[in-house]
Amino acid sequence: MSYYFAIIGTQDNPLFEYDFGTSKQGGDGIARFTEQARQLNQFIIHSSLDIVEEVQWTNGQMYLKLIDRFFTSYISCFLTASNIKFLLLHQPPSSSSSSGLPASSGASTLTSSSSTTLGQHPPTSTSTSSLSVIPSLSTLTGGGNSSTTTLVGGGTSRTSTSIAANPTSPQTEEAIRNFFTEVYENYVKAIMSPFYKTNMEIRSPVFRARVAAAGRKYL
Amino acid sequence: MSASKASRLGEETRIEKVNAELVVLTYGTIVAQICKDFEKDYSQVNKQLDKMGYNIGLRLIEDYLAKSNTMRRCSNFRETAEMIAKVGFKIFLNVTPTITNWTSDSKQFSLVFDENPLADFVELPDDGRAQDELWFSNILCGVLRGALEMVQMQVETHFISDVLRGNDTTEMRVTLVRYIDDELPPEDD
Repeated sequence: MSYYFAIIGTQDNPLFEYDFGTSKQGGDGIARFTEQARQLNQFIIHSSLDIVEEVQWTNGQMYLKLIDRFFTSYISCFLTASNIKFLLLHQPPSSSSSSGLPASSGASTLTSSSSTTLGQHPPTSTSTSSLSVIPSLSTLTGGGNSSTTTLVGGGTSRTSTSIAANPTSPQTEEAIRNFFTEVYENYVKAIMSPFYKTNMEIRSPVFRARVAAAGRKYL
Repeated sequence: MSASKASRLGEETRIEKVNAELVVLTYGTIVAQICKDFEKDYSQVNKQLDKMGYNIGLRLIEDYLAKSNTMRRCSNFRETAEMIAKVGFKIFLNVTPTITNWTSDSKQFSLVFDENPLADFVELPDDGRAQDELWFSNILCGVLRGALEMVQMQVETHFISDVLRGNDTTEMRVTLVRYIDDELPPEDD
């Protein structure tokens, strides 16, 4: 499982980014993105900002849960009160990510797939419709997961409840919620520094270390 | 005066409380603004903070004397240090710095701050100079200088380490320069 975490400012400008891998089940906490995926991640996150804007008015929650999906990349979102967006892209283990990512197909696949992802959300999305996306995603991943496990075989230690294997499970949702909550607390402390100005890039090494710690703890 | 009596003095007085974050953010904003105004000339910023503190200290001593009920002159500089740390800082910042590193002539000591309420949340700008040049809490130096001057003590104060800069402790050095002699009012004739 690889993660890419980004904080996006009010002008859709990036304030902070950090990628890491899972630390659960013997993971070493290093992201397993390919060089290509690394660059793609920023585009995926950016494209999901549209969905954030749709979903954010449908409920009063700060944690918007899973909002978008691009092949095997899942995007969860957390909004702060000042409309700063925390976006976490998570990608199930590499066996599926390498096959799922369009390694050769390039831009045409990119645009067509992103339009289908957008198509899942009607423009006038209510809370029920945004919820309905999640079961449909889970059926998709359910299929994807079974094929993955048959491919990998019984040798893997991952159980069906593991966060890594099920990007849409309630356990994952809860783990990401905990992660976001902890990052949010530290984010508030970071921006309370008098030398920080709104929408400025967060350069604090202390904050980065704390995000890393939160990632190790929950994901 | 014994140490326990001194610490009780700081406790006893009923002081109006102010939200710490309000103070922290206000002070932080002032420092950040001064840094901006002086275009990151940090030695100038230190000087300005010290000057602001000095002007505060000149008045604050009156407040201190009223609140602490110590209408008695300290007999020596060691006692003064004790009162500064255990009564003064207790009243105004609700912290009690440790007094250490006395020189043998009892004219120089260090105040070591275990916690610095002014510096909560603060991270110095990472422009490569602030870490070496800015004394974020330099206003405290000015306050001490101003306050002690009003009670006939000329002192020199400066920070020698700060946790914000990555040091282990926050330490302020206070040096007694001289006791200012009482000046007689000009004679009538």
